[in-house]
Amino acid sequence: MKTQLTEVLWLEAHPDIPLPELAELSGLSAAELLALTEYGVLQPVDAQAEEPSYRAACVVTARTAFRLRRDLELNAEGLALVMQLLEQVRSLEARLGELKARLPGGF
Amino acid sequence: MKYTDYYAVLGVKRDATPAEIKAAYRKLAHKYHPDVSKEQDAEQRFKEVAEAYQTLGDKEKRAAYDQLGKQQPGEEFRPPPDWQRQYGETNFSFEDLDFADLFSGLRGARSRRGGKPFPEPGEDFEIPVDITLEQAFHGTDLNLDLGIPEYDAQGAMRRVPRNFTAHIPKGATDGQRLRLPGKGGKGLNGGRDGDLYLRIALRPHPLFRVNGHDLYMDLPLAPWEAVLGTSVEVPTLAGAVRLKIPPGTQSGRQLRLSKRGLPKPRGGEGDLFAIVQIVVPEKPSEQEKALFEQLAQASTFDARGNVKREARHENATH
Repeated sequence: MKTQLTEVLWLEAHPDIPLPELAELSGLSAAELLALTEYGVLQPVDAQAEEPSYRAACVVTARTAFRLRRDLELNAEGLALVMQLLEQVRSLEARLGELKARLPGGF
Repeated sequence: MKYTDYYAVLGVKRDATPAEIKAAYRKLAHKYHPDVSKEQDAEQRFKEVAEAYQTLGDKEKRAAYDQLGKQQPGEEFRPPPDWQRQYGETNFSFEDLDFADLFSGLRGARSRRGGKPFPEPGEDFEIPVDITLEQAFHGTDLNLDLGIPEYDAQGAMRRVPRNFTAHIPKGATDGQRLRLPGKGGKGLNGGRDGDLYLRIALRPHPLFRVNGHDLYMDLPLAPWEAVLGTSVEVPTLAGAVRLKIPPGTQSGRQLRLSKRGLPKPRGGEGDLFAIVQIVVPEKPSEQEKALFEQLAQASTFDARGNVKREARHENATH
């Protein structure tokens, strides 16, 4: 069976996602998402809003958190720490990639 | 179906205690979890480890697994005739099942036993897709052949081949994700269908290096071109353009070709940076050598003037 896909969305170009929908998409509970928000792992679009909503890219972060919690049986603090360190690794890798691209010869 | 030795995968003895099995799983999960591991084949290894633990970590499933007896790994085998009646209560069609599916079928069967069915969302899947820089620049249609696991009404899992043509719009770059809503696993009992995510990876290009939507390339210049200035032809993804090299261009200087990078999904383009590298002839001719010697005699240029000044300054302050 061959299907032509019509609905293809850039995750980055998605509209913002309210908390309950992020919970549904990621598999984490609203309480777990709020805990990750408090630790700064997830950033709400508007920190003052009554019910936070998130940029679509947060789905990736939240899903990673869900998998790690499920597979490694982490508690909330451990999960937040792992997520923070992963973000550090990600940003260092991005910086490394940028420097590599700028280097003559590309090494 | 091929037999998998789950005890060997976790590296434990067949009579290991549940605590030993859990400890072995944790150790391997930390090492191979694809979200944290830098190991080459982390994803595949973690799948095997998780599959083994899903069965051995559950008392009921481990008993069912042990009942199958020890086989040679990779050996073709069929479960004994009464096995499924005893453990699965499910009509498996063994023909197109993986070994792993056998036990995930048990999960579905057991959760059904608990009374009335409740809606379960379908699984989300993320798959990496490799595209070339040219495909990212122009956009492309990708033909994807996937085996999406689905659960039937009895809770047994089977892989359903799905063939998609997914249009990758122009503006893709490394690490971006496309979401295909509802194209993941089927939801159960009225639960929503899962999503399929495509994670874009750009194949390395022989000429251009990618940073976000900006591109970088080396631009080799002969010493006289850098000194006197010139105009050179520079390749871009949209075709060659002429680039003016100002006189006195130093090695390492980045010449920006505005909007010649990758297009951005929401409009606009990145830039292309040509990084100047001054290269010298490795085997100069006699005439070239003579001319350089003449230049060396005539020139008052001090290439290391700055280095000497700094060195003098250092000595003076110590």
